[in-house]
Amino acid sequence: MKKKDKVVVGLATCGIAAGGVEVMDEIARELKKRRLDVELDETGCIGCCFAEVLVDFEKEGMPRVTYGDVRPEDVPALVESHLVNGKILKEKVLLIEGRKTTEADFLKKQTRIVLGNCGILDPEDIEDYMGIGGYEGLRKALSGMTPEQVRKEVLDSGLRGRGGAGFPTGAKWNFCARAEGEDKYIVCNADEGDPGAFMDRSVLEGDPHAVLEGMIIAGYAIGATHGYIYCRAEYPLAVKRLKMAIRDATGKGFLGSDILGSGYSLDIIIKEGAGAFVCGEETALIASIEGVRGMPRPRPPFPANKGIWGMPTNINNVETLANVPWIIREGAGKFARLGTKGSKGTKVFCLTGKVRRGGLAEVAMGTTLREVIFGVGGGIKNDRPFKAVQIGGPSGGCLPAELLDTPVDYDSLPAAGAIMGSGGMVIVDDTTCMVDLAKYFLTFTQMESCGKCTPCRIGTKRMLEILTRICEGKGEPEDIERLEKLAVDIKDGSLCALGGTAPNPVLTTLRYFKDEYEAHIFDKRCPAGLCSELVTFHIDPEKCNGCTVCARNCPTGAITGEKKEPHGIDQEKCIKCRECLRRCRFDAVYTV
Amino acid sequence: MTNSIDDLACADVTLIIGSNTSENHPVISMEIIKAVKAGRKRLIVIDPRNIMMTEFADVVLNHRPGTDVAVLNGMMHQIIKKGLYDREFVEARTEGFGELKKLVAAYTPAYVERISGVPAAKLKEAAELFAGADHANILYAMGITQHITGTDNVMSVANLASLTGNLGIPGGGVNPLRGQNNVQGACDVGALPNVYTGYQKVADEGVRHKMESAWGVELPDTPGLVATEMVRERSKGGVMAMYIMGENPMVSDPDLNHAAAVLEDLEFLVVQDIFMTETAEIADVVLPGLTYAEKDGTFTNTERRVQRVRKAVQGPGEARDDWRITCDIARAMGYPMEYDHVSDVKREICALTPSYAGITWERLEDGGVQWPCPTLEHPGTPILHVGQCTRGKARFMPVEFKEPAEKTSKKYPLVLTTGRVLTHFHTGSMTRRCEALDELVPRAVAEFSPEDAKKYRIKDGDTVCLTSRRGTIDVTVKVTEKSNPGVVFMPFHFAECAANVLTGGALDPVAKIPEYKVSAIKVRKK
Amino acid sequence: MSEDMKLTIDRRKCVGRKGQTIVEVARENDIWIPTLCFDERMEPYGACRVCLVEVEGARALLPACTAEITPDMVVTTSNERIDSIRRTVIELILSDHPKDCLTCESNGSCALQDLAYRYGVKESSFGGEAHSYHLLDDNPVIERDPDKCILCGRCVRICEEIVGAGVYGFVGRGFDTTVGTPYEHPLEESPCLFCGQCISTCPVGALASKLSKGAGRPWELEETDTTCPYCGVGCTLTLWTRDNKVVNITAPLDRGVNRGNLCVKGRFGFQYIDSPERLKHPMIRGKDGRLRKTSWNKAISLVTERFSGIVEKHGADAVGGLSSARCTNEENYLFQKFMRAVVGTNNVDHCARL
Repeated sequence: MKKKDKVVVGLATCGIAAGGVEVMDEIARELKKRRLDVELDETGCIGCCFAEVLVDFEKEGMPRVTYGDVRPEDVPALVESHLVNGKILKEKVLLIEGRKTTEADFLKKQTRIVLGNCGILDPEDIEDYMGIGGYEGLRKALSGMTPEQVRKEVLDSGLRGRGGAGFPTGAKWNFCARAEGEDKYIVCNADEGDPGAFMDRSVLEGDPHAVLEGMIIAGYAIGATHGYIYCRAEYPLAVKRLKMAIRDATGKGFLGSDILGSGYSLDIIIKEGAGAFVCGEETALIASIEGVRGMPRPRPPFPANKGIWGMPTNINNVETLANVPWIIREGAGKFARLGTKGSKGTKVFCLTGKVRRGGLAEVAMGTTLREVIFGVGGGIKNDRPFKAVQIGGPSGGCLPAELLDTPVDYDSLPAAGAIMGSGGMVIVDDTTCMVDLAKYFLTFTQMESCGKCTPCRIGTKRMLEILTRICEGKGEPEDIERLEKLAVDIKDGSLCALGGTAPNPVLTTLRYFKDEYEAHIFDKRCPAGLCSELVTFHIDPEKCNGCTVCARNCPTGAITGEKKEPHGIDQEKCIKCRECLRRCRFDAVYTV
Repeated sequence: MTNSIDDLACADVTLIIGSNTSENHPVISMEIIKAVKAGRKRLIVIDPRNIMMTEFADVVLNHRPGTDVAVLNGMMHQIIKKGLYDREFVEARTEGFGELKKLVAAYTPAYVERISGVPAAKLKEAAELFAGADHANILYAMGITQHITGTDNVMSVANLASLTGNLGIPGGGVNPLRGQNNVQGACDVGALPNVYTGYQKVADEGVRHKMESAWGVELPDTPGLVATEMVRERSKGGVMAMYIMGENPMVSDPDLNHAAAVLEDLEFLVVQDIFMTETAEIADVVLPGLTYAEKDGTFTNTERRVQRVRKAVQGPGEARDDWRITCDIARAMGYPMEYDHVSDVKREICALTPSYAGITWERLEDGGVQWPCPTLEHPGTPILHVGQCTRGKARFMPVEFKEPAEKTSKKYPLVLTTGRVLTHFHTGSMTRRCEALDELVPRAVAEFSPEDAKKYRIKDGDTVCLTSRRGTIDVTVKVTEKSNPGVVFMPFHFAECAANVLTGGALDPVAKIPEYKVSAIKVRKK
Repeated sequence: MSEDMKLTIDRRKCVGRKGQTIVEVARENDIWIPTLCFDERMEPYGACRVCLVEVEGARALLPACTAEITPDMVVTTSNERIDSIRRTVIELILSDHPKDCLTCESNGSCALQDLAYRYGVKESSFGGEAHSYHLLDDNPVIERDPDKCILCGRCVRICEEIVGAGVYGFVGRGFDTTVGTPYEHPLEESPCLFCGQCISTCPVGALASKLSKGAGRPWELEETDTTCPYCGVGCTLTLWTRDNKVVNITAPLDRGVNRGNLCVKGRFGFQYIDSPERLKHPMIRGKDGRLRKTSWNKAISLVTERFSGIVEKHGADAVGGLSSARCTNEENYLFQKFMRAVVGTNNVDHCARL
């Protein structure tokens, strides 16, 4: 039978936000209008977030083509060209299967285990997942392996926790498996909260069954009686797809009582978080599941011994669990061959900020930052100079250009002062002030501090106050020392990882960009020209051609000048809103 | 209590019946709540009202007031039926199991549901939870005793504890919570009509001779009257004259209108107190005594622990130590009652009371000691009946359910049950003179269930007139889920709105305790 | 019994039991570890971070209040690293704490003040924003001053874990976290039982008894341990007195059946002691039917005369005596002895049944 032609629209949250639903509707209308017998499907996120909406066309006799930046108005031309005329519409092409396009590097330079099915499978169809070997790992584990063997396999694979701390997953499972308790819990931590991080969401939306399968295998390995998926409520699509996945997996006998006739039973409940960043921390997450305010508890006792309702609990991150079926299916050895000595497999990063191709990048451990940012990400937007990359979210560190050849793994990043974290990479160029960046992250952690322990509650506030006054030009020479001392004591003294890592952006910017701090404090100058208290705006008469755009957009009327004559800024009236700088097409506005 | 307060937490399961623990014994309730919250204890609460302790309970049985025997028999029925009783303990340490088994056989959960209104399934759940625990204890208070079947109720509680082998073990026992600071001590030292100190019977010749030689007088050999019997018309066996020390029967006695008439009619009444109480107001002589803060002595708490009371301040004006007043009167009446210090009195108690013999004044300096404590070397007894019961084998005392003395009728359709509230104490003579406490709870309220409120068209804050077969009072309404339909609760602390105007004079035939927990009343909106 | 474990704290050999925390073993061995959020009555919490200690082999510092001992553990309770953090924590707390010790109710019994003294922290070097909330004075007994609150959570936990009322909870996040009641309602509209357990555990002056405000500093007051006059539990009380007046009641943590716990009556029910309504003189009912002041001699003679008369005429059983469950054992003993040996009747009872 002739395989049906197929059009697939990327409908993860990113695709929907970019207008994917409208595009899909338009395609359906167009197909109907032209009476084309073409299958129309949706899929998860392929990771090329920089080019949403993404639409795949699969037509007999043509390579699979991914079109990017598709708007509803592009649809008629696309359908006509590709499906009716059999011609690739060159202007919209992002990728062509097997061919080199300008954007092909984005996927080519990645190694995809976790994201392997994202953007390919229909996440709402369990048959689709089973069709590519889904739940074979579970079947293998339950039919031929003891729980000990499963744990050993995972231990041997070298898989480490992808949520941030990088603790060996197999070892963690062993702790929980050996702990005594009436009940045992397996929890999937899907409370992704770092600003600019969305890899877990993409996996949940694009390949929910992989997470579920990993979780069931983990549950079997530790002897869990109940499972929870703690997913943030801000991910409604992920929650919806997880619910469908649980329903369908239960229907197929992969979940529930006596799974696949093995005698092992597990139920899984989705618990939606209410948006507190700290609930991504294991013990706060447990408190939240128990129905109390999400505040961390001291460890020990570790969740493996005393977790939910005092029972042994094992918590793994989404990405960690999504690796598990692959490991069981393909074998620990194959996984361990990927990566470095201490860090096996791959890691998904979220490229955001001033990078040209923002999106999801899954690379083998040990790939250098340069390869990720410049190879996969395509370098810096507008070809500006790379200044730094903040790795690991607000708990991570900020690394400069000199360290671009640092490999991403669990040993090299901490040595440089950053952390793997959950995998956020915020790339900044020369227009970013590093003090301001540190301030930004600290504002976040201070707001998200649960308020329980003193160092985090008051200490981060005091650090933030110091950073704020430095940015305002009111910094004192002793402030650098104060920041360093506070940072060290907060790291050492805080109750949980939120406080323990909150000073990292400050510590690393102090380490690599101390000159910027000193410029603010001693010269009352912001080298990036960003801190508004420290800059004045000027117009270069050489470059200004008197187009009047700046004057017309200045909210306070500070800019004056005749048409076609160079303009000037009245410093008294200027409120440093940066509007002129943004509007000028001739690069005539500059800061001092 | 057979066991101790710090032993309460050891029980895997605690059964609270007829005790509003968090209001009347708050610090004990804290021990229970703490253990429940920490997941170390499961809790069963049996009470006609949804008292605060029900919030922490695994199983709550709301029974009709006065049906405790039926509920307890029903639990035992289920335990025996399921074979969950402690065979070894029953075999070795009890007698009369056969009679118990025979009697409770009729108390099927369905039958008990008809009597008490407790759903059969709940009763089974409670029974199985209680019997399934290794260590289970029972706490009770006036909710068990203030019935004409008070004695029966207590025996049923004891039957349940024995049946499940929960006697003489840590975290077990039958634990009555005494309502007042020294009600245990007052009983222990013989302030009862039938016994001297340490429950030595006045009718026992040997004991009487011992006392006679110690006190140097001849002593009467027949037991006297209990309080409620004294406060009766002379023609009905009441007394003519009374010496009342620190009591306020003008508020605390049942059927108050009647009691007040009798007290006012006395030939001679001496009241010794710290305030001009309602009773002092009708006295012929009023003698000013001291508060606990102004005196030295000992109290015995509910777990039989004798503890020191220490003087912290001087009393006002010419007020005198209560024991000195008694001595003064005795001396004036020609009996040499001479003590230099209250510790000398304590010494005399030790000498005459075997269970108190080892609890000397000096020993109490470093903390309390629990009786029985026969010698100076004896460490005291935190748990009674360990290994063997005081009387040898524990005897099951199976009892049939009896209806309360007063039944509701068309005319008096509601059951009034009286008790205490957290903030006040007894007749309020102390707490109502603490401005802060009186501001917190300034007046009595009668608690109605939302259903009854609807039925009688009353709402929060209304003043209603409550009437029983004996009297009428006006009281403010509080509508609360705490009350179940048909049951109205009122505290008795408030003289201006005295609940005891409504209560009846029916007594338990053995303990002579009034049935405060069941009076039939009607309500009328003012 | 639970198994013994050997460990070393500050180079001293100690023995503890399985399940004990470092702070418990240290205290048993008279080794001082500072604490703010710790109260032995509640589950350990680990929030304030002043009890951090170094444990050999552990990368991070551990809170001594939550960390359980392990066999052969080696603990250091004080060194440069630890003291630096403690000083920073104290400084941070002080940076958002009023410096009004002069008028604070807790002056002299404040754990924060003691730590600042011990670690020589005069004032915070950080400066910065400090909160300024309203004093909460919405009930007759408990005054709350959120400015002084150090967020140790002791009131929250004692109310939740022990009292069971759960009146307090944390509100807000980060620096602006506070302890509040549901919807910030006044305590009288909350499930509060007014036991004042929260006051008893507050390490600073954020919670204070309104009854004892301005009544005196700890060193100006006299302490007397006694037994509570209310229910049958028999809680141990400490009466704080000044100028022959009871001004405050607390409960010691280390003795008595209550181990520091009290209820509303035990803690706040002392105002009656020096009530102006107290009886100060004997009184006799006059011919006009009114009670009048008299002397002890006259009162006692009247009682003697009338009792003797009635006994003589109607027999001893015509007289009855009610003694009191509020009075001491000694008083009750003498009362029943009086009724039996002097009056000659067994008509003696008390309100055990009421």
